[in-house]
Amino acid sequence: MKKARETFMHILFLIAACTSILAVVLICVFLFSGGVPAMLEIGVFKFLFGTIWKPGNNLYGIFPMIIGSLYVTAGAILFGVPLGLLAAVFMARFCPKTLYRILKPAIELMAGIPSVIYGFFALVVIVPWVKNTFGGRGQSILAAALLLGFMILPTIIEVTEAAIRAVPNSYYEGGLALGASHERSVFFALLPGARSGILAGIVLGIGRAIGETMAVMMIVGNQPRIPGSILEGCRTLTTNIVMEMGYAADLHKEALIATAVVLFVFILIINLSFSALKRRGK
Amino acid sequence: MEKIEKTDMIEKKDKFTIGNLDLYYGDFHALKGINLNIRPNEITAFIGPSGCGKSTLLKSLNRMNDLVEGCRITGQVLLDGEDIYGDMNVNLLRKRVGMVFQKPNPFPMSIYDNIAFGPRTHGITNKAKLDEIVENSLRSAAIWDELKDRLKKSALGLSGGQQQRLCIARALAVEPEVILMDEPTSALDPISTSKIEDLAVELKDRYTIIMVTHNMQQAARISDKTAFFLLGEMVEFGETDQIFSVPKDTRTENYITGRFG
Repeated sequence: MKKARETFMHILFLIAACTSILAVVLICVFLFSGGVPAMLEIGVFKFLFGTIWKPGNNLYGIFPMIIGSLYVTAGAILFGVPLGLLAAVFMARFCPKTLYRILKPAIELMAGIPSVIYGFFALVVIVPWVKNTFGGRGQSILAAALLLGFMILPTIIEVTEAAIRAVPNSYYEGGLALGASHERSVFFALLPGARSGILAGIVLGIGRAIGETMAVMMIVGNQPRIPGSILEGCRTLTTNIVMEMGYAADLHKEALIATAVVLFVFILIINLSFSALKRRGK
Repeated sequence: MEKIEKTDMIEKKDKFTIGNLDLYYGDFHALKGINLNIRPNEITAFIGPSGCGKSTLLKSLNRMNDLVEGCRITGQVLLDGEDIYGDMNVNLLRKRVGMVFQKPNPFPMSIYDNIAFGPRTHGITNKAKLDEIVENSLRSAAIWDELKDRLKKSALGLSGGQQQRLCIARALAVEPEVILMDEPTSALDPISTSKIEDLAVELKDRYTIIMVTHNMQQAARISDKTAFFLLGEMVEFGETDQIFSVPKDTRTENYITGRFG
């Protein structure tokens, strides 16, 4: 009787595990079977490096969107990484305990806020600020980069803080014992030990930034052309899909799926480098 | 420098003068009324069973105990006549009083950068000067020949014994006056241990060395003075030869003959 129950539970867990793997496999199959034929029909080179996206004229070049995604993500890294890194160092090594009890849940909350709310916040605060300060229409790469910089903070802070806490305290003590100040010991003796963990946090942040859709769509302008400056709008891979999926049909629809394939490959590369970094850290 | 020479005369050349030192971890009375003078250019060994306070005393000499929460100290510790718990800058204190830890703790960076960390901390940026310091420090720690061709390699790839000698070299690089060693050989094999012991004896001509050790043969082999601690009290302090041949206190005798501890 007990044996039968064990076997039953065993099978139940197995099914649960298989279901999640199956979901990933199905997504891959759906994406590639839907997207790759379209890519071939349009021509892989023309699709990836074509600079004009005009579905009405049968022109499907997603190069502007690739550039848009890269710009916005790079901008987010530029804002988010230094901020997140310093915040993590502060939380791990400088923060008084009482403040930590407020900061930590606040950052966890930040990770849980729906992206549409971030989008609204940006629309009301960041976009007008960019418009008034730098000119342009406000809905721009700069606005999206700033917002994404905020949005990846919780990811970067949490991974980096954990990495810093995992470094043996003996590095820090070694620094102090040589007459280094608290700050110098933390930044120059302790942080190098967390290098691979910090890089992993940054890579995860890149993954979040490049995949973000809703908030970006609300403030990035969505013009499908290669932007001339960071004050102009652009369109990212993700927003390209969402903007047009509702009414697209036939090759247009397949071209959007092919866009998702490109995005998927980006994410795949990012995740692979993340696990490579994690392995090296051990 | 001038000031140090002056106080030297007043304090009759004792490197450390420890007076009525009491130390508490919270409610726990870890050191009880320690009075101890440490002479320069000697090796002083602290021995005693685990938890007797010998490491605690060592760490209070370069204020590493400041890191322990709830640690409270009363009494006096003078370095060349200056109160280290007074106005002295703690970073400068630790520059003068270097430390080698129980477990080798090279930084996760190259051998060169490990040695250069201290000098850079204290403002030396000249490459030629740093090169010179790195070489001299490694030579003083008798590890230059082993490492000179791999200075750019990570220090974490070295053996435990090499790492510990690297840590000694790193401590020497800031030109300390005193080197505290907290059971520096307890994590090492016998050959590495004997290298570190030889090194300590060599270094005492230029530095004052205070070593905590669990290994009584080690204390007997290399130290000039020995202090025996028990339950937070210093039971006996004197010439090493005398402590190990004719201890005055029966507790010391019981410990060194292996009846407890």
